[in-house]
Amino acid sequence: MIGPEIDRLIQLLARLPGLGPRSARRAALHLVEKRDILMAPLAEALAEAAANVRACGVCGNFDTVDPCSICADAGRDDREICVVADVASLWAMERAGSFRGRYHVLGGLLSALDGIGPEDLGVARLTARARDSKVEEVILATPATVEGQTTAHYLADCLAGCGVTVSGLAHGVPVGGELDYLDDGTISAALRARRRL
Amino acid sequence: MEWRDEAIVLAVRRLGEGAAVASLLTRTHGRHPGLVRGGQSKAYRGVLLPGNRVDARWRARLADQLGGLRCELVGAHAAAAMDDPGRLAALAAACALCEAALPERQPHEAVFEALLALLDALAAESWPSVYVHWELALLRALGYGLDLSACAATGVPAPPPAAAEGVGRANDELAYVSPRTGRAVSLSAGAPYRDRLLALPRFLVAGGEGDAAEIRAGLALTGHFLDRHVLGPHAIPMPPARSRLVDRFRG
Repeated sequence: MIGPEIDRLIQLLARLPGLGPRSARRAALHLVEKRDILMAPLAEALAEAAANVRACGVCGNFDTVDPCSICADAGRDDREICVVADVASLWAMERAGSFRGRYHVLGGLLSALDGIGPEDLGVARLTARARDSKVEEVILATPATVEGQTTAHYLADCLAGCGVTVSGLAHGVPVGGELDYLDDGTISAALRARRRL
Repeated sequence: MEWRDEAIVLAVRRLGEGAAVASLLTRTHGRHPGLVRGGQSKAYRGVLLPGNRVDARWRARLADQLGGLRCELVGAHAAAAMDDPGRLAALAAACALCEAALPERQPHEAVFEALLALLDALAAESWPSVYVHWELALLRALGYGLDLSACAATGVPAPPPAAAEGVGRANDELAYVSPRTGRAVSLSAGAPYRDRLLALPRFLVAGGEGDAAEIRAGLALTGHFLDRHVLGPHAIPMPPARSRLVDRFRG
């Protein structure tokens, strides 16, 4: 039989994304078996993260310091702010490594189903940042979904009086994508956004 | 139980990590929900967007179960509207209104046809006028159609579109709508009560396209009756997507 401590561990692990009850049992067993080399360091790392990680007061990114390491990095370009829906999107942009400006995390998208309205997006904080004299462009990197683009258009309206260029990410053929496997909407968007070679 | 039908995606809600619950407006089965396994996958992400036209297959053991859905993209209306804030707002508002106003699993073929026509018309410049007509059609399909055929007070019928085109507003022209009965009132008969009547934009009677002020009046007119008859009695608030569309026409 499984003791209450391990059972609780399994239940908590099962709440993580990507893990169901069966995989949580396997993970728990693995942790128990590798107590010294995995479980103890993991517990220590979790306790440390829980104690120190917080949302950056400037951009909304998660970090152990406030302002976060991106906001505090003097080598980044103050003229550009990239607006993303969540921290996962920020990490995706950072993985790409092609953007060297600042970020702004909205913490969601306008969505009636999820109960997120304009007041939940912290637009005032974004417009205040955009009004900074150093900022020249705000890039709206919201998802290419109806909710994402509705949010982008709403933000573009809010930023209209801030004296900055407002741009959005292009939609089209992904790198390595074959036209035959693309949906009609993506092909249409790519065709509309075609460029001269 | 199993069926295959033409459908338009109205709303999608994530379920767990990979699945989604989609609400579709189908041609013959009305507004119908269903579980889409893998609904958050790359393959489905471009398909399950509100406004997209799909070929839907639904299967369940019993008719009243949620059931499983499989959808194949037929028309990518969402992607076509994404670049234009007004068109995207209209698409989102129409889908949100259908989701809020239509009862589940009751056929509304007229609404399906009208929504399909609206989605096709979003590509045209006259989409704002078409949208207001669509809301009128939605009210009509739900049994709350407005009577814009004649003046409720004098009985004088509306002039034919050809006769009304290009002329100024005459005293017998229909210019108001009673907020209680939904019947049109002429300019002269409604003048003493105009503060209590809703403005009837000219393009709804005479045809053609309305300017921003007329579209605003049209949306106020349909919004009043949608709230009074369709949403209000069920304590359903006006969808935020429609409010954002109305905001786009504010001067």
